[in-house]
Amino acid sequence: MASTLLQKVWDAHTVRRLPNGQAQLFIGLHLIHEVTSPQAFDMLRARGWSVAFPSRTIATVDHIVPTLDQRRPFVDLLAEEMLSSLERNCREHQIRLLDLASGHQGIVHVIGPELGLTQPGMTIACGDSHTSTHGAFGAIAFGIGTSQVRDVLASQCLAMDPLKVRRISLKGRLQPGVYAKDVILHIIRRLGVKGGAGFAYEYAGDTFDRMSMDERMTVCNMSIEGGARVGYVNPDETTFSYMRGRPFVPQGEEFERACDWWSSMASDPGAAYDDEVTLDAASIRPTVTWGINPGQSIAIDERIPSAADDEALAFMDFRSGQPLKGTRIDVAFVGSCTNSRLSDLREAARILRGHHVAPHVKALVVPGSQAVRAAAEREGLDRVFTEAGFEWRGAGCSMCLAMNPDRLEGRQICASSSNRNFKGRQGSPTGRTLLMSPAMVAAAAVAGEVVDVREFAAAGAGVGR
Amino acid sequence: MRALAVERIREIAGTAIPIRGDNIDTDRIIPARFLKAVTFEHLEEHLFEDDRQQADARQPASHPLSNPAYFGAEIMLVNANFGCGSSREHAPQAIRRLGIRAVIGQSFSEIFFGNSVALGMPCPTASVETLQSLMEAVEKNPSTTLTIDLASMRVTAEGRAYDLSLPAGVRDAFLNGSWDATGLLLENPEDVLDVANRLPYVTGSW
Repeated sequence: MASTLLQKVWDAHTVRRLPNGQAQLFIGLHLIHEVTSPQAFDMLRARGWSVAFPSRTIATVDHIVPTLDQRRPFVDLLAEEMLSSLERNCREHQIRLLDLASGHQGIVHVIGPELGLTQPGMTIACGDSHTSTHGAFGAIAFGIGTSQVRDVLASQCLAMDPLKVRRISLKGRLQPGVYAKDVILHIIRRLGVKGGAGFAYEYAGDTFDRMSMDERMTVCNMSIEGGARVGYVNPDETTFSYMRGRPFVPQGEEFERACDWWSSMASDPGAAYDDEVTLDAASIRPTVTWGINPGQSIAIDERIPSAADDEALAFMDFRSGQPLKGTRIDVAFVGSCTNSRLSDLREAARILRGHHVAPHVKALVVPGSQAVRAAAEREGLDRVFTEAGFEWRGAGCSMCLAMNPDRLEGRQICASSSNRNFKGRQGSPTGRTLLMSPAMVAAAAVAGEVVDVREFAAAGAGVGR
Repeated sequence: MRALAVERIREIAGTAIPIRGDNIDTDRIIPARFLKAVTFEHLEEHLFEDDRQQADARQPASHPLSNPAYFGAEIMLVNANFGCGSSREHAPQAIRRLGIRAVIGQSFSEIFFGNSVALGMPCPTASVETLQSLMEAVEKNPSTTLTIDLASMRVTAEGRAYDLSLPAGVRDAFLNGSWDATGLLLENPEDVLDVANRLPYVTGSW
């Protein structure tokens, strides 16, 4: 019978049906970091349990690492304690830790794919809601809480409710200046921030077929902002050619056989879906959020809707009917697990060449991993950024969630390539976030205000695609 | 291996605190700066900290958590998509550590809901009308006692009963004390190994 990828992966990993109706699901890859794991290790210790499959858990440090001065001990003693705790736990349980000295450190959702740890057909869990990113490879990947981190450590399993599947088909070509970020912001706007509850999103159609892995990761990353804990793209030649040669990927003949297995996990033609939505790619325009959740967005040439939520308007100090174009910004941030990969930096740099950041704007670019940073430096992107007035930082989560020194102050407005515009998200309880693509962030940094990257491009800089 | 203590959860009775608003995310429930710790201790002190300060600055003690009338509440009333955003278990931990034993809402984010189950804190859903009635009753008289009965899936307040909803498996798990899934997951290590040994990426034999 024709099945979806979700069903195949689910079946291949189901140990049994639990008495409460949930599935006991084997977890193929468990990623951990310093924020949501220390309490889980304490729970293990308190119950006298050990780690069942230490080689199936990989750790890195991303949320709390400073991106300027990474010397140990960190200036922030709380951050130092968290990293020390992770180091101790990994040592005690023989878990591989990709730390600052490894050359492989970075945001957990950037390093998994780039090392080839993330593979099609896997189940992947991590104590971080943006684990949906890994679905770009045709894995079933989802965020979990700390008690579940404990469960995976102790048993390599999770008790999971079954998910329905909604296929979101996107057809047609994206316009110049429109990026994967605009696609997912558009989808969330259309389907709502809780529209995905109970569903896994399968992203399908020729637009996704043409997307690079980096672009697919950007889309899958923000599935959770649409309420879908899981988002995935079926594995194809683009997936396989990305994976070939990466450290944790099988080599040679084994690779060919692995491709066969990976292909076999893709959704079959004729598979039944619980819901289907079709969208037109050509109609998507550069999209920017105006409110306090990622569904509150407009296309750059639209105005804030008349029925806009009062709480959001009051917090943002915006009015219905107002355009976002022309909104003065204080900070520009290129980074986060959504948009900190090499192609994101390339697009931002393409906009910045020959320009300079407006004098009143603080601008920073934070590569998603040490490997991304090194690759960008080999291409000279670091010089493009610094010559344009951007600060070139070390890898980490940085200003996406402000558990480190990078944060907004007071009522600052930030043009941000990150994923959440929640109240207080970027570190100042009253700070304001406008989510947009890295190219739009770069253009806003130069103009000192929100602009339409398509017009900015017409004025001189080149726009990709 | 130590056996888990079984705690059956059937009835939860107490006063309630209303937290109004749709799409309240976990960054608002517990801002990220308070996650900088290796334990969950004292998180309750920072529950809704920024929301609270902003509301109280407009009008003293106007946030429900700052209002002494709601101190000691054991049930929280919320609206739609509560707990969306970050998967941080710190959010339900902070709520539970404040003394809240159940949250009734129109809907919850999946991750928040699951995290709460793991803490033994049921999050049943109810209709928008029910939430409206309950919130109004509690706002009018904060000493109103609510009684949640997971067996009959009802909550009663001021002599009136309202329907609640929970997935049957979750409800049963609370009723028979099997809501802490870890014990179940540790029962069958051989079966787990069997599944692992069928996966080519685990065995390496593609």
